[in-house]
Amino acid sequence: MLVLSWILALVLAPLLFGIINRIKALMAGRRGRPLLQTYFDLAKLVRKGVVVSPTTSWVFRLGPMLAVAGPLVALALLPYAGRPGLWSFPMDFVVLAYVLALPRLGTMLAALDTGSSFEGMGASREAAFGALAEPGFLAALLAAAPQSGLRLEEIAAAQDLFHSGGALVCLALLLLLLVENARMPVDDPNTHLELTMIHEVMVLDHSGPELAAITFGAALKLWVFAALLAALALPLERMAPLPAFGAHLVGTFGVAAVVGMVESLTARLPLPRVPAFILSGTACGLVVLLMEVGGGR
Amino acid sequence: MPIALVVLPALAGILALLLANDALRRGLLVATALAHLSLLLATAATATGDPHALFALDAPGLLFLGLASVLFVATSIYAVGYLRAERTDERPDFVAGVVFRNAPERVFTACLLFFLAAMSLVCLTRHLGLLWVGVECTTLASAPLIYFHRHHRSLEATWKYLLICSVGIAFALMGLLFLNYASLGLSGSLHLDRLLADAPTMHPVWLKAAFLFLLVGYGCKMGLAPMHHWLPDAHSEAPSLVSALLSGALLNCAFLGIIRGHQVCAAAGLAPFSGGMLVLLGLVSLGTAAVFVVGQGDFKRMLAYSSVEHMGLLALALGTGGSAALSGMLHTINHSCTKAALFLLSGNILALYHTKSSYDARGLFRTLPITGVLWMLGFLSITGTPPFGTFVSELGIIHGLLAQGRWGVATITMVCLAVIFVGMSSAVARMVHGPKPRYLGGIAREDLSSVGPSAFLVAVVLLLGIVQPEGLRWLVAAAMRVASGMEEGLW
Amino acid sequence: MTASTLSLACWAIILGDLILLGAGRMRHLLLLTAAQGLLLGLVTVGVSPGIEGYIVAGAVATLKGGIFPWLLWRTMRQVGTSEIVEPFMGLGTSILVGLGGLGLALWIDARLLLPIAAPPLLMPAALTTVLAGLVLIVLRHKALTQVIGYLTMENGIFLLGTPLAGHDAMWIELLILLDLLVAVFVMGIAIHHIRRTFDSIDVDRFCSLRD
Repeated sequence: MLVLSWILALVLAPLLFGIINRIKALMAGRRGRPLLQTYFDLAKLVRKGVVVSPTTSWVFRLGPMLAVAGPLVALALLPYAGRPGLWSFPMDFVVLAYVLALPRLGTMLAALDTGSSFEGMGASREAAFGALAEPGFLAALLAAAPQSGLRLEEIAAAQDLFHSGGALVCLALLLLLLVENARMPVDDPNTHLELTMIHEVMVLDHSGPELAAITFGAALKLWVFAALLAALALPLERMAPLPAFGAHLVGTFGVAAVVGMVESLTARLPLPRVPAFILSGTACGLVVLLMEVGGGR
Repeated sequence: MPIALVVLPALAGILALLLANDALRRGLLVATALAHLSLLLATAATATGDPHALFALDAPGLLFLGLASVLFVATSIYAVGYLRAERTDERPDFVAGVVFRNAPERVFTACLLFFLAAMSLVCLTRHLGLLWVGVECTTLASAPLIYFHRHHRSLEATWKYLLICSVGIAFALMGLLFLNYASLGLSGSLHLDRLLADAPTMHPVWLKAAFLFLLVGYGCKMGLAPMHHWLPDAHSEAPSLVSALLSGALLNCAFLGIIRGHQVCAAAGLAPFSGGMLVLLGLVSLGTAAVFVVGQGDFKRMLAYSSVEHMGLLALALGTGGSAALSGMLHTINHSCTKAALFLLSGNILALYHTKSSYDARGLFRTLPITGVLWMLGFLSITGTPPFGTFVSELGIIHGLLAQGRWGVATITMVCLAVIFVGMSSAVARMVHGPKPRYLGGIAREDLSSVGPSAFLVAVVLLLGIVQPEGLRWLVAAAMRVASGMEEGLW
Repeated sequence: MTASTLSLACWAIILGDLILLGAGRMRHLLLLTAAQGLLLGLVTVGVSPGIEGYIVAGAVATLKGGIFPWLLWRTMRQVGTSEIVEPFMGLGTSILVGLGGLGLALWIDARLLLPIAAPPLLMPAALTTVLAGLVLIVLRHKALTQVIGYLTMENGIFLLGTPLAGHDAMWIELLILLDLLVAVFVMGIAIHHIRRTFDSIDVDRFCSLRD
């Protein structure tokens, strides 16, 4: 069951991008790309060769590896369908947070290694927003911890959308998902102006299988976040295994659909306003944490 | 009927808004002041107060309301001459040359009378909720008074005053709510007599929290540091007679609010706690005033910081208790009279020299001789020089401190008083001595209405330094006993 | 009214405070203030049902939920100021300060137990609202925002007093509301004068009076 969920994640992750794009297209009145477009892109990239700039070093080749490795490990930590993940131990959500930060580290280092000023600019923005988002992520996951234990599956079991502040925690995680996965209103994935890019500008110099690795890693990261959000929102631990599995899948796709709607309905925030946006996500998590610690209500 | 003391000025205020004739309006102002004073004396003489009524006079209330009333008579006489001399058209102001005009005189007179009504409400009522309403009304009534000269500086001062005092009063309201919670299960009423009766059985934590909020809230209004920031601005920009009333009467009324809180704490046996908080804020106020008075170029701001100093002294005296508190009550009389006199004189100086700087206004002895002499005497009084009454009261406070073994507090107090004396003396000496300046902005006017009230008030303080009439001594002692919670007697 | 509904209302008030601190436009500020006023009326009725509770709740909902925001909106329109709220140190900092205030309120609530039956979250909600109002007064540029902050402070203090609405304090609460009305009027007039004199309502321009 657990291995099945792992394999499904690997296979279905690129579908999330397809769902988001299809929702955006539908809301704009267009037909949009095929749902499986990301698979075709990955296949195309794998078949191509790699072009490496002579100004780069081994760090540049390391970036894409980290970009894939991080989410793969995170998948192992993720609780699925109300059951613990492959690895489960107290405070594993801290490991999850830092392992999910590995792709960011990888792409940032690779971007700085190229010596391009645009990519350095993207790296600095990414660093700033990542630094702000990290405590928020930890706070949102910690929010229910005083009641439950400190393991991810216990945290996920202790709350859902209608109980004990779960709605706020889910909102916090949604906002942080938007920040960490470079979605609107933080970052526009469709922009082609380098000055406005954050994530895309960092991977400008990658090509071929390395770019495919980065894209696949981004898809896996989105899957991890979406699955985590779905696990926190739905009362999966109360269902039988098979319905829980199905519900979790549907929930993950549901989160992708919500992201698609948010992307269609919001405009890109001006960069100075992004810290306030991240802080409001952090604030939601912190509010629930404070109320749980301070009141026990 | 005590409530007539509130209703009379309020009705007169409404009448003042409707009167079109300036002379009639000024006459109404003086007449109401005199009527208020006589009504107060009559109420005090009949002395049949029902402790459970909403309005009744007790010793501190009578003391502060008497002061307010006398000061109001003095300032209303001054106001007649002041309003007659004020120009009603647009003109440039002294400091920045900005063109401005005054507020309509009827609004000014009406707000003065509403101000008196609100202060009477504060001093008369036995219900702490109504006291709160009264203090809020004084804020609302005095804001237009500060904004009489309508230019940007007075607007800035008015806005600061409005906002800081409103926030302070909101804190005082929180204190009242906490008091209600402290007395729950008992009578749950905010009437002073019920509170004093229930105090020993009140929840101590809530009572302490309530006193803290009351102290901070009413302390904002009283001018205790570090909540005093509106004081220098409001006093320097308001017309002098308004500053006189604010310093001489309003700060005392805010002090009354704190006294009520201290009374309840003393009845609950928490007097050391509330006394300690009062002493702390008193010392901070003294220190702040000492720092800002030295080198202060603007003589009206200097007087304002002197008010902060004396309010600190009053808080210190009340917090220490015993003979210090007795001298503190006497000190309220001396400070109010002297400060009002000084502010009225500063109005004369400003009208002649058209500058608020003590460096530019020189040669007072030559240009305005009576004002100059009174200014010198007033300065001697406000810094506690013998033979003025302030010397007696300040000496009494320090003696009370030493009698309780509070050497540190007494030392700090004496050092601050000395620093303030030095700071003020240099400014005052600068102003009174020296040759007559070649160019003077205004006309020297020294008629009865402009120097009479100040002379009378300074004479009162001088008299109090030499001899204290028996009745006054009795009143001050009664006020001290009530404020320290030793008795709850009604006047 | 059940305890859980009142707890939900207090939760909503706390969230409203934090959103108030992060709001970027005056319109949102005024809508949030109005919503808080209505919630206040709800809590009043829930905590002290009975004829006095209904009277006070009605007065509160009308004044704080309707009249005050409308007055301030009118003042804003007449003064002609822009709708953008100008914070002193950024909206994110204000939200953080608000969160600190929430923590402080919860700490005080654990120490100071209400001696009367009240919704469990009443005290933290009230204290957080008072602190949020203070932040709005201190950390915003525009004079109008300072008035909104003052109203928010009064909201918090009123919330603190709702369990007492059945006792002697009822007519005091009504008197307080009347006082607030006059205060808002006076402040509105002052803001008009500020606009006319300074050509803006930015209190940062008040810098001519200093030592």
